[in-house]
Amino acid sequence: MEKIITLEEAVSKISDGMTVMIGGFLGTGSPDLLVDKIIEKGIRNLAVVANDTSFPDQNIGKLVVGKNVSKVIVSHIGTNPETGRQMNAGELDVVLVPQGTLAEQVRAGGAGLGGVLTPTGLGTIVEEGKEKVVVDGKTFILEKPIRADIAIIRASKVDRKGNCVFDKAARNFNPLMAMAADTVIVEADEIVEVGSIDPDQVMTPHIFVNYIVKGAK
Amino acid sequence: MADVKTIIAKRVAMELNDGDLVNLGIGLPTLVANFVPEGIDVTFQSENGFIGMGNAPETGAEIENLVNAGGLPSSVLPGAAFFDSAMSFAIIRGGHLDCTVLGALQVDAKGNLANWMIPGKKVPGMGGAMDLVTGAKKVIVAMTHTAKGDIKILEECTLPLTAKGQVNLIITEMGVMEVTAKGLVLKEIHPDLSVEEVQAATSAKLIIAPDLKKMCL
Repeated sequence: MEKIITLEEAVSKISDGMTVMIGGFLGTGSPDLLVDKIIEKGIRNLAVVANDTSFPDQNIGKLVVGKNVSKVIVSHIGTNPETGRQMNAGELDVVLVPQGTLAEQVRAGGAGLGGVLTPTGLGTIVEEGKEKVVVDGKTFILEKPIRADIAIIRASKVDRKGNCVFDKAARNFNPLMAMAADTVIVEADEIVEVGSIDPDQVMTPHIFVNYIVKGAK
Repeated sequence: MADVKTIIAKRVAMELNDGDLVNLGIGLPTLVANFVPEGIDVTFQSENGFIGMGNAPETGAEIENLVNAGGLPSSVLPGAAFFDSAMSFAIIRGGHLDCTVLGALQVDAKGNLANWMIPGKKVPGMGGAMDLVTGAKKVIVAMTHTAKGDIKILEECTLPLTAKGQVNLIITEMGVMEVTAKGLVLKEIHPDLSVEEVQAATSAKLIIAPDLKKMCL
């Protein structure tokens, strides 16, 4: 099965109102070409799940500035003043989640789990409206799994089957999101032949990846 | 008075032990890495996905995909390791992180910390702070004692909490305070200050340690 498609074809999988996971941490490890194409196509009303809303001129930050997004589920918005402005103006729904909780919710979404029990957020506004579970005398917050219609991720090296290798701190949420969406598109800095990545070095196995697009490098 | 940030960072560094894994928050806490005592081997974590963080690289020597949790260029030391966000927060929540050092908007006599939002004014999000404060074995708040005269060490925080009852130690340019079941114990004091002066800059009632020491500057 041929997984390599054009940017145009890749973004045609994304439509208005979808929930989209976007890998990266303050732009590092984010799929820049795919995001630029979403903006170019004018896709609107997206719900984005990501670590943060990056900077106004970078990746997810541009989606916020371009008003392609109506909701974000993120751990941090402080580096993008436009996110805060839209939130305060009632134009953007912002759900703030502790970073470690977000990582586990996404992982749970991809791992078939009914949620995770975490102590993070106890005694804070994060626990409001959530079920608490006591295990062996310790109290935890039940945080539900998160899934998406599409995940767009970034990898440094991908073989034609879709096996992914991430580079340094660009790994972050990418391998987790690759497991938690109905359709997964990876933007690959480099596409290599099958067999040229040592199986021991594969960080995301190809079965999680539906489509591959060539990145800018 | 010597540079306030240096006084605080140097004193925090004295709390670190050989073999510790430590996470330093953005801003003042990052300075702690410059003062690790001779002969002590400390590993620093960057919660966006690695341990073995080194100093910021020189301008021009930045490495692609190697940034810290603030998105700034970083480096790694021999023996470093990269991982995804789920593992990073497993380290943090799972009892593998010896110490975290963070700033505060407010901290109180019960060890409550508020450092992620000012309702109606500034809502950057919690990022990894809630997980760090909940999960680390030892939580040190490192900050200037007041915010341009506004008192930050209170009987009870008024801002939304980052975590409840998790702070162990507060280190400022005025002194070192330990959170105990009875309240805040002033253990060390800046050599140029009186107990009355420190109390005047602190809303929480300070318990003076019987063996109150002069802070080592």
